[in-house]
Amino acid sequence: MSERIVKLIIDGKEVFAKPTDTILKAATDNGIYIPTLCYLEGLTPHGGCRLCVVEVKGNPKLMTSCTTPVSNNMEITTNSPKLVKYRKQIIELLLSERIHTCSVCVANGNCELQELASKFGVDHTSVSRNWERFELDMSHERFVLDHNRCILCTRCIRVCDEIEGVHTLDIKKRGKDSMIIVDLDEPWAASYSCTECGKCSAVCPVGAIYIKGKHLSETKKKELPEFIVRRRSR
Amino acid sequence: MKPEEIQKIAETEHDLRMAYKYRINVCCSSGCLPFGAQKLLKAFEDAVKELGLEKVCKVARTGCVGTCSVAPVVLIDPGNHLYQNVKPEDVKKIVQEHIINGRVLEECVYKNEAYFSKQYRLILRNAGKIDPLRIEDYIAVGGYSALAKALTHMTPEQVIYEISLSGLRGRGGAGFPTGQKWNFVAKSTAKPKYVVANLDEGDPGVFANRTLAEADPHAIVEGMVIAAYAVGAEKGFIYIRSEYPLAIQTLKKAIEQAKSYGLLGNNILGSTLNFDIELRLGAGAFVAGEETAILSSIEGLRATPRPRPPYPAVSGLWGKPTLVNNVETLANVPLIILNGGAWFSKIGTPKCTGTKCFSLTGKVKNPGLIEVPMGITLKEIVYEIGGGVPEGRKFKAVLVGGPSGGCLPENMLSLPIDYESLTQAGAIMGSGGIVVIDDESCIVDTARFFIDFCMDESCGKCVPCRAGIPKVKEILDKIMTGEGKVEDLNVLEDLSYLIRDASLCGLGQTAPNPVLTTLKYFKQEYLTHIVERKCPAGKCVLKKVEVIKE
Repeated sequence: MSERIVKLIIDGKEVFAKPTDTILKAATDNGIYIPTLCYLEGLTPHGGCRLCVVEVKGNPKLMTSCTTPVSNNMEITTNSPKLVKYRKQIIELLLSERIHTCSVCVANGNCELQELASKFGVDHTSVSRNWERFELDMSHERFVLDHNRCILCTRCIRVCDEIEGVHTLDIKKRGKDSMIIVDLDEPWAASYSCTECGKCSAVCPVGAIYIKGKHLSETKKKELPEFIVRRRSR
Repeated sequence: MKPEEIQKIAETEHDLRMAYKYRINVCCSSGCLPFGAQKLLKAFEDAVKELGLEKVCKVARTGCVGTCSVAPVVLIDPGNHLYQNVKPEDVKKIVQEHIINGRVLEECVYKNEAYFSKQYRLILRNAGKIDPLRIEDYIAVGGYSALAKALTHMTPEQVIYEISLSGLRGRGGAGFPTGQKWNFVAKSTAKPKYVVANLDEGDPGVFANRTLAEADPHAIVEGMVIAAYAVGAEKGFIYIRSEYPLAIQTLKKAIEQAKSYGLLGNNILGSTLNFDIELRLGAGAFVAGEETAILSSIEGLRATPRPRPPYPAVSGLWGKPTLVNNVETLANVPLIILNGGAWFSKIGTPKCTGTKCFSLTGKVKNPGLIEVPMGITLKEIVYEIGGGVPEGRKFKAVLVGGPSGGCLPENMLSLPIDYESLTQAGAIMGSGGIVVIDDESCIVDTARFFIDFCMDESCGKCVPCRAGIPKVKEILDKIMTGEGKVEDLNVLEDLSYLIRDASLCGLGQTAPNPVLTTLKYFKQEYLTHIVERKCPAGKCVLKKVEVIKE
């Protein structure tokens, strides 16, 4: 049973991990930081935001560390100048894709996108910004769905499907027109399947789903939501 | 059915064929149908009946010969005389002269030696020669004998060995060694296993897989059954786009016939192999042709790609080992099993064996479907097979590999066609689309057209592709309307590199190819737009700059 532990090198540092671990887990466990956005521990990895891409020696392609399992003697670079540049570009694209005006956002100060932007020093975008407005879904008595702030990370969809088990939320259309929908694209208040558990608002990294009348600093704790931790320990 | 019975059917069919002195093959595929091929078929049948030639002459409905520029076409055997632009009123004359008087109507025959002589028709060997709706026609030309050989004389390992030996690589675009892929699936222990044939050919201007399915559907079915035997699969899916109604019909019929002959179902040819094929129709998403998105679509989900690993060979359809192959790859399989991998590996180049079908379109004299050996140069395809650009126009670029291919200039025409050379030049093999562009087309406009296509077809799962491609298009739009700046070209290049390197699937990773190659080979034309505010091709309408006079 010598194969229980694999050895790999991350940024020149020798680390050990379980064969079932992902690169991200191996790195985080060993105190190496890899930025993530769509990833949330406890949910199925999505691999969509592409912020956690790393270079694996011998592989010409960049790999998402949240989905790629470790293997023995893997050599990984997590912060080459190229990767840092790409991450900055991705943050710029996210900020320019929809209307992200922090000063009037309910998530201001509690936003993962904002945090990443300041961490990577993204204070402007080199591409033009999009100001197309989407209508808010404020029909529900507790929740608001604001497409203008959505980054389509699908955390809400996954938590609704995998943890609450109702799959109220999903995505419609494709490409740049993709949008989060409730049931079959109905107003939230008209949804029969929604259990009003509020998990979607708890996992939203930005201010796209939030509880009416509350600033995110009042509702969201910085740590991993408790229900996900509980699921993980089972 | 037993293997010997196939031989028997082949012999009786052969005798039946020989009983006729002449065989009139009327092309009834998607290329000829809009030009009245159905009426033509009826006209030939009527003419033959009227002149009392039913015993000498057989009129058959067949698939495409590849000369779509002169549709509708009729091929008369023996002698391979290809009549072009045939009209129903000419039918009687052709039958009278060709069949009764034995004189070939030279003035109506398609004369273009180069078009056929440079080609090597392996996969399309039966196209235009057999009736795709009759399984007996396929058996008569040696069909299903490869399956019989594999099932009776070879172990699954031997089949995979032959495929590996042949050097066959995936024809879907990426060129992954097929034998290696089969081996991965065969080694996976989970059950059941699946075989998926990819016929989701979404590129604009590409029709190779459609033609194959319409002309020789049983080659795909046979390839799939052999693959299933080799990897140990029980169930197969042919994923076909619903925009191909005739191909769907033809394949449906082929599967039915194969079932009734015991070539699909339980205990195929008396062996222990159980395998069934189901047809799945796409819902109009280009990305569904991607190796992992096709799996999501078959499962009934949104056609979005999945991160790899895990590869489909380990965890594919419903988490089970799945072999995903392009139909063109699968159509090669019976040939390799019959003639041996060593024979196949001699065709083409040592690293890239076999042939490849290309849809040749754009500004060439002879557009159509061609099949050429790997290693042939672009020049031979464009000038010898395609006949060059029409009179009075000048060649400008050739786009290889569909909407996410690369635009290559004239000095790259000596480039041999193989996976490595194309990738190095910035193009891809892709689905096999070759579009020739002449000096009437604007290079920026061309790049924008394909970027626009990829933007529409992006699934929206990953950020670089979903948010990046619209920005690329925006900059190209700016350049085309005369609002571009020289600095924009840097942004354009930076964005393209991000999309190429960081996107999740093949669609995003190859989408910036038209932009990157045009920036590499035609940068001057971009600069002419921006600095001189002129479009060399006269396509773009650039806004005039208002000069403020003091």
